[in-house]
This record gives sequence, structure tokens and C-alpha cells, in this order.
Amino acid sequence: MVNGAEVAADVEDRMLLVHFLRETAGLTATNIGCDTTSCGACTVLLDGESVKSCTVLAAQADGCQVTTVEGLAGAGGELHPMQRAFRAEHGLQCGFCTPGMVMAAVSLLQENPHPTEPEVRAGLEGNLCRCTGYHNIVRAVLAAAQEPTP
Amino acid sequence: MIPAPFTYRRSGSVAEALDLVSEHGDEAKFLAGGHSLLPLMKLRLAMPSVLIDLGPVRELSYIRDEGAHIAIGALTRHHDLEHSGVLARSLPLLAHAAGQVGDPQVRHRGTIGGSLAHSDPASDLPATVLALDATLVARGPSGSREIAATGFFEGLFETVLEPDELLTEIRVPVPAADAAGWSFQKFTKRAIDWAIVGVAVQGTAVALVNMAGTPVRALGVERALAAGATPAEAAGHAAEGTTPGDDINASPAYREHLARVLVERALVEAQSTQA
Repeated sequence: MVNGAEVAADVEDRMLLVHFLRETAGLTATNIGCDTTSCGACTVLLDGESVKSCTVLAAQADGCQVTTVEGLAGAGGELHPMQRAFRAEHGLQCGFCTPGMVMAAVSLLQENPHPTEPEVRAGLEGNLCRCTGYHNIVRAVLAAAQEPTP
Repeated sequence: MIPAPFTYRRSGSVAEALDLVSEHGDEAKFLAGGHSLLPLMKLRLAMPSVLIDLGPVRELSYIRDEGAHIAIGALTRHHDLEHSGVLARSLPLLAHAAGQVGDPQVRHRGTIGGSLAHSDPASDLPATVLALDATLVARGPSGSREIAATGFFEGLFETVLEPDELLTEIRVPVPAADAAGWSFQKFTKRAIDWAIVGVAVQGTAVALVNMAGTPVRALGVERALAAGATPAEAAGHAAEGTTPGDDINASPAYREHLARVLVERALVEAQSTQA
């Protein structure tokens, strides 16, 4: 299941989840950055928890719930509180790290709904922003933590 | 980057995993969280022809208080160790060290058994179980056997496990009251990096990360502590008997210096956590 819809396909045994999402499911918001489990640009939720989809086989995700940033908005297209907070706090510059950053932040708040600023920084240590826009990203996550959970 | 071609097999139980590995022999590798193995496969440093996915084997994910020891299923994830109430009470060193592995995404996938069986001397948990005098349980075609952590690691990516054996459980004795002090110190350039050098201390047991081809106990430090040395005096022995590597991050001499500095910090912190 990807973003609540079943996606069924026969894929090569070695296909990575991120390629499945981008090429098979056609969901291209999830970016491939370093491809070495470092940068976090490919972060998605697997059964509700953040993972780096460049280091998960598509086959390992068989039968799991996968959520990408395309799956965050509500049915009427209204943005998720984390997306709204990133926009309001200018939590992005070039935008490349943003889908992964948003998904890592959503997972962080699910585990720790009211983090301190150091906890947000530690919670996002697996996501790199080459624009070094970290301050506004951290502000966005702290702002989203003040919103009622969707 | 994608791995070289392989055949993916999925196992739902330990018995099924052992059947699959006996069918495919040493061409097969077990896949736990995959966060050590898949990166190596993408770099073609590992090219198993069969991967046996242990993901669905839920029976090996547990943390049980058995009184004198804590029993941990080999497929328990770093995230679950980090947030375990049992470990927070009885083995805070292990809970803390698990929370220092990689980053949150890695800890959502990586498992303790996977990390130990992978046997990277730069990883956090091998040295930690060495400091904790853990016993590892492996199951193979002829049954289970227990292996002391001190005899488990043979070298970079090498353990005493046979190709058809599966690591199933880690048994960690609960430290005695007078050995309750602990510390974990790790020196990295960036948050998510492997340790250039690390130290795990439980009581007067001291184990080093990345100071040899395997995690090693700092026996010189332990002997000095037993003879009544202060942390500063004992830490002077930290590099004795080690064979640190030379790479882009550090020279052997720098690693030896780091070991002495980190061991002193760890011993001081362990003293302060000793109630």
C-alpha cells in the first residue's frame, strides 16, 4: 500500500524501494540524493516510521504501508500541518531535501509530540540540507508541534 | 546504485530461515534490517547470490527480563532497544549505545543481531556487548549453541558463526550493584558517522570501538583499575595491545590519543553514574 492505495507490480529482486516509488508507482516527490543512507532525501514512512528508501528493497516493503510526501495532504488537498509549518516558517530554500525532511519531521513528532529544540535537531540528524537552512527547518518543526494533530 | 543481481527469499520463521540457508549454502546471506549489508551490496563489496529476508520473523524481536540476565531477540531494532523500559532500568548502557547508532531512520531498521553478525569494529554495539560480557546464542541445523561475546568477533566482517547458523538471541547479565556505573563515548566528525574511536564502560569493564580489526577489551585499563588506579592513570593504558587502523579519518597515533582521552572521560562518567 502506498499512500493508502494498493500498488501491485512484479519487480526485480534487487529493486530499491525508492526506485519502486519513483518509477513504478510514479511518485517522484521522493528524491534520490546521496544513495548511501546518509542524506535522508529519500526518507518515507514505512508502517508509520521514517526510513531511507534507498536502503530498503522494494520486496522488503511488500505488505507494508508506505507513505510519501504526496500522501500527507488531506482528501481536499489541504496541506498537512507539517507542510503548512514549513511554508510559514520558510523551512526550505532549494527544496531538494524538503520531502525527506518533512517525512522525518512527521515521524519525529509521532514519537515525540512536543520535542525541545535540541530534540528536534537530534531527531533530524539523518537529514542533510545542503542550503544549510536548518534554523528555519527546526522552527517549522517546533511550530508544527504546536498544531493539533490531524 | 543498485546491488548486483540476487535472488530474494523471504522467511517467516527461524525454522524456515534455517531451511532456506541449508538449501542455498554459503551463497546465501541473511538480511535483517539491511542497513549494513545493502550499502555493501550497492558498492559490490558483498555479492551474495541469495538474500534470505528475516524481516517477517517476528519471533526474534523481544526484550525479556529473565532475572539475572536480559534476553534480547536478535531481530530487535536499535529503536526498540533505545526506548525499552527494561533496558533503561537494567542495562542503560545498551539502551544509550543503541540510541547512538546512525540516525533515527537507521535505528528504525537496523537490528542488534544484524549489527553483531556484521562484525564491523567501527560499530557501536559490538564493543557494547563486549563490555557487558554478553553471551550470544546461535541456531544451526544441529541445534543451538552459546558463544561468549569475547570469542565471537574474528575480524572485519568475520565472526565465528557458520554460514548455516543464525544468531537468535543476545543474553546480557545484569551488572552487579557495585558495577552499575556506565558510560558510552564516541568521537565522530559528523553526527551520523561511524566512530573514529569509541569506548563502552560498564563497571570496570572497558571495551573499545574501532581500535583493532575487532572490538577489543582494554585489558591494560582494566588491570590498572583492579590495582586501584585513578581514571586518569588507568586511561594511560587505553591503547595497549590495540592495532588501530590508518585511514582518511585518522592515523593510528591519533586514534591511540583519542582512546586515552575518551577512556578517561568514560571512566569519570561511569564513576559519577555509580550510585
